Amino acid sequence: MRSLRHWLLLLAIGLMAGTAAAEQVLHHGNGAEPNSLDPHRSEGVSANNIARDLFEGLTGISPKGEVIPAAAERWQVSEDGRRYTFTLREQLRWSDGSPLVAADFVAGLQRSIAPATGNPFAQMLQAIEQADAVLQGRLPPSALGLAAPDARTVVIRLEAPTPYLLGLLSHPSAFPVHQPSLKAWGRDFARPGRLVSNGAYTLKDWVVQSQVELQRNPQYWDRARTRVERVFYHPTEDISSELKRYAADEFDTTYEIPLVQAKAVQQRHGPELHIAPYHGSYFYGFNLSRPPFKNNPKLRQALTMAIDREVIVGKVMNGLALPAYSLVPPGTWNYTPQRPDWAAWPRERKLAEARRLYAEAGYSAAQPLTVELRYNTHDDHKRIALVVAAMWKQWLGVETRLINEEFKVFLQNRKQHAVTQVFRSAWIADYDDATSFLDLQTTTHGRNDSVYRNPAYDALLKQAAATADIAVRRALLEQAERLLLTDWPVLPIYTYVSKHLVKPWVGGWQDNAYDYHYSKDLELLPRAAGGRAP
Amino acid sequence: MRHALMRLLTAVPTLLLLVTLTFFLMHLAPGGPFDSERSLPPEIEKALAAEYHLDESLPRQYARYLGNLLQGDLGPSFQYEGFRVSELIAKGLPVSLTLGALAMLLALLVGGAMGLAAALTHRRWPDYGLMTTALIGVSVPSYVVAPLLVLTFAIGLRWLPAGGWVAGRWADLVLPVIALALPQVSAIARLLRGSLLEVLQQPYLRTAHAKGLPLRLVIFRHALKPALMPLLSYLGPATAGILTGSVVVEQVFDLPGIGRYFVQGALNRDYTLVLGVVAVYGALIVLFNFLVDLGYGLLDPRIKSA
Repeated sequence: MRSLRHWLLLLAIGLMAGTAAAEQVLHHGNGAEPNSLDPHRSEGVSANNIARDLFEGLTGISPKGEVIPAAAERWQVSEDGRRYTFTLREQLRWSDGSPLVAADFVAGLQRSIAPATGNPFAQMLQAIEQADAVLQGRLPPSALGLAAPDARTVVIRLEAPTPYLLGLLSHPSAFPVHQPSLKAWGRDFARPGRLVSNGAYTLKDWVVQSQVELQRNPQYWDRARTRVERVFYHPTEDISSELKRYAADEFDTTYEIPLVQAKAVQQRHGPELHIAPYHGSYFYGFNLSRPPFKNNPKLRQALTMAIDREVIVGKVMNGLALPAYSLVPPGTWNYTPQRPDWAAWPRERKLAEARRLYAEAGYSAAQPLTVELRYNTHDDHKRIALVVAAMWKQWLGVETRLINEEFKVFLQNRKQHAVTQVFRSAWIADYDDATSFLDLQTTTHGRNDSVYRNPAYDALLKQAAATADIAVRRALLEQAERLLLTDWPVLPIYTYVSKHLVKPWVGGWQDNAYDYHYSKDLELLPRAAGGRAP
Repeated sequence: MRHALMRLLTAVPTLLLLVTLTFFLMHLAPGGPFDSERSLPPEIEKALAAEYHLDESLPRQYARYLGNLLQGDLGPSFQYEGFRVSELIAKGLPVSLTLGALAMLLALLVGGAMGLAAALTHRRWPDYGLMTTALIGVSVPSYVVAPLLVLTFAIGLRWLPAGGWVAGRWADLVLPVIALALPQVSAIARLLRGSLLEVLQQPYLRTAHAKGLPLRLVIFRHALKPALMPLLSYLGPATAGILTGSVVVEQVFDLPGIGRYFVQGALNRDYTLVLGVVAVYGALIVLFNFLVDLGYGLLDPRIKSA
């Protein structure tokens, strides 16, 4: 009897300890399984979400979405905008207690750009002096315009004034590297038991396809204000499973919500649903190197005008998007969204114009256009393609053949430009600047899937890149997009929104266009009875 | 014994053929492991290809793969950087095996009991009731059953977790095991009932009946053993069914088993990971069919002597 009581007591203590711990543990649904926790190898939103908790760059992003000092406490920019001098905070340390110095940031950036590293985001840092030559393998990474004159000073020299550099430095590609770990483990350093990090959290465990577990970093400079003790990132490749686990209180936040269940989610979790504009565009591209779109701007314009974006956003996307008439999404830094005049026309006028252009391009009811619309296999893409095809059919008489392909097959076809006509496309900004979108359509860009070639457009972007005055630069970029939109290489459909469910007991969450939510800025508020399932 | 050894030996070329076919089919599929929405500068593409030997000719890559395989090395995963495939499988396989073994056990126990009960109450209402239930069980796939279970027991009643896996937390396994076992439960119930009824028509059993043995004794002592033969043959396909079922169930319940690697690996062109999982699946199926063959000998002496 005594031993039974003894065990019950132990059990009760255990349960209480469990409850107490649960108050500071955060569970995130996090989409795909991260490919790597090495910040210079990680690709995709899911991996980078974790990287931002583990590491910290010179700058960071505030919960509101503004660039703020992080590892650097202040910086100076030279008059020509081509030299940035950062001063690190005092007494910065890696999670193993060793001092974090300016040379670690320089080594991080060098490693990030070196082709041998295989960083998918390396090109993003092209603005750094000699980055192009290093990326092409012509110069060693040590030739980059980077220096650490003393332990607390990082100097970055740029090819051209890059006003978005500060935002860029909050990206995992610009995170520092712990050189002894790299030396000891090579590229396998980013594993539990090995990974030394400098952010608010350290890596405790990683069970592939199950969870990544982080623990508060006792060496982090702002540890006093970090409330959440442990953070779990769960891969949630099946979004309806994610929703169920959220409903069962197993997750505190979700990566997204299933589009088709948007209404039910709104009803059931209304106030917990966070929807905010996001730096992403969904569009169709026309292949300008093949018939029927080669040298046929009128046809491209007709197809662009004939679709009703409000219907797509309202009925297909269930309101989880914003109708788009241009490529650069609203809310982009130092940029006025470009809205072509026709966007404001009444529907009837758009259709009349579309029909006129369609006829001028040489098509009619007797001789309709037959076109292939290609997308990668996915329910949401299919629903949009069906509606677009129906609109083209109804208003112009176009016969559309829908072709869906498995993702990698689709990527290859889109890249080779040999079989595509109309194809699905999308882009999520890597950094908060219009060039993240506009560069895609330049002649030499690897993602210029439309094979759009306009020297005037290229020249405008080049000129903007060399301009330090942000007002002039902005005017040049806006002019470039207007030019792009009157050449009709792409058919903008919608702007993305971020869509998360966040439990009412998660404090500190703010929606921002980066869709960054550092765990260090969050906290678990006391909540009413009926908590997480055991 | 010699027969058994021969069977085991033929498994080697079977598995080799399987791996070879998978290797070339995977590489034939358009697109590679590093294709994504982003376009990589050529130097970086080259560096990645060299790192994983993708710049070599296909026969050479195949020879390299086989060479490593013979040494027990399944290669590095393309998708999960820094992980070896053997390591991923070593972590995922116990989860999948536990799930599969429990589901099989549950299916045998419950399905066996249902089949027996139905045969004993032939053409009376329990028989009809059980067989209708089994029919529904066979027809409704796991991906329908699983979410219904989650809605009822995890979200509605909050008795069990909706998904996830923490080593040693058995509650995590309850719903997945049920979802995985259900189609097999029904199949086994129907199979056992059918074969029992057929065996009961045999003259020697009618004799047993006629000389006044109670039905229960007739069944347990004389009918069950021969009636188990078709069930035993079914265990081979059932293993395959549980393996493929686990792909769906692991996905729905967020379990870190190798079924998920299979699907994600194929989509991501993670050549080595898919090959590793195929080899393990192939070996399991061969092994189970082998065990089933041995089982025949135990149940039916005629086979042993043949």
